Amino acid sequence: MSEQLPLTPSQTVGPYLRLGLDWPKGAEVVPPGTPGEVVISGILYDGAGVPVTDGLIETWQADPDGRFAHPDDPRGAVEPTVPGFLGFGRSCTDETGRWSIRTVLPGALPALDDDAEEAPHLDVSVFARGLLDRVVTRIYFAGQPGNDTDPLLAAVPAERRATLVAEKVGEAEYRFDVHLQGDRETVFLQV
Amino acid sequence: MTLAHPRPYRQPRDTHPPLDFAGYKSTGLRAPTQRPILVPQRLTEVTGPLLVGEIGPNDHDLTRQHEGEPLGQRITVSGRVLDSDGRPVPDTLVEVWQANAAGRYAHARDTWPAPLDPNFSGGGRVVTNSKGEYSFTTIKPGAYPWGNHHNAWRPAHIHFSLFGRAFTQRLVTQMYFPEDPLFAFDPIYRSAPEGARERMISAFDMDATQPEWALAYRWDIVLRGREQTPFEEPHE
Repeated sequence: MSEQLPLTPSQTVGPYLRLGLDWPKGAEVVPPGTPGEVVISGILYDGAGVPVTDGLIETWQADPDGRFAHPDDPRGAVEPTVPGFLGFGRSCTDETGRWSIRTVLPGALPALDDDAEEAPHLDVSVFARGLLDRVVTRIYFAGQPGNDTDPLLAAVPAERRATLVAEKVGEAEYRFDVHLQGDRETVFLQV
Repeated sequence: MTLAHPRPYRQPRDTHPPLDFAGYKSTGLRAPTQRPILVPQRLTEVTGPLLVGEIGPNDHDLTRQHEGEPLGQRITVSGRVLDSDGRPVPDTLVEVWQANAAGRYAHARDTWPAPLDPNFSGGGRVVTNSKGEYSFTTIKPGAYPWGNHHNAWRPAHIHFSLFGRAFTQRLVTQMYFPEDPLFAFDPIYRSAPEGARERMISAFDMDATQPEWALAYRWDIVLRGREQTPFEEPHE
């Protein structure tokens, strides 16, 4: 194997992340009024149960057909069937620690090798003052039949699995809180 | 047809700071206490946003975002975004933010009594070219005090945000300036392992200075590269 270049270390976003990372329409994974749109929101909490008001949540997901507009999808890059779908969302937490994105539910992803199909999910990065590197988690959706057989959820201890599942709180609304520490600490993933 | 697991991005080693770093107090209630669960990289992890958004005409020049010019030492910062195999990462968004020359951020929560500069907002973004190169113009940020411990000062730095081409490659970091005497005392800089933290220090680049205009610094950023499959043909 050839010589590899050493990686650049991570550092915290610090308290003033909005100066560089706040996008006016960052939370709009789909344009307002898109059929099937849902709002996913929640509070980012620290270990004392205090909302984190200088954090950032980013999401990445497949389109409703379970495809990515990306050349490294082995099925080929496709343009999403939902006009204006970006796949990526970004929301700084506000004065109450709340973040929120508007999107459409992703489709299931195909089975790889001997795995089962993956249930609809979003990959999530959490950044904040006090986090020296991002932490990664996933959002699944309550009531999706594929959750029971999803290979990643199966790798998570059963008693902590619920921390990865967004609760349906309205016709088109899901709630997903992130707990950085504590009794309800969210399951974080090393990817 | 059965799809195989994609070729994963290599796990970083001896590079990133531990999340629970006692010297940086804010980690105390924010670093998760449970170990992250190692999961295989599947399709959501090896893909990622390739978007760059709307880039404004002065997003690459933080000295031209207002009516007048900001105070401070004008500099350019240039370099390449690469993966650990040395491959350039083209067409990728690089976002930066920083304090002004006096060490004050144009942010409501920054209240230390150094002057704000009405001609400096401190945010910028650029997209790498086909060779993975980026460049922006700004002023050299000042050092500033913070409340972490008695007489705590952050060395001058510029925050950088990188996407690469996969969710797995996402990186937020800070670029420092050479020979800063505050390195020895800064827990955030020192949270990265010795041998790795030095990679966050830019180099003064005399060849890139612009006579009677700007000093120049150079800084390359290296993101995770992908594992090679044993049977893969050599690239050359």
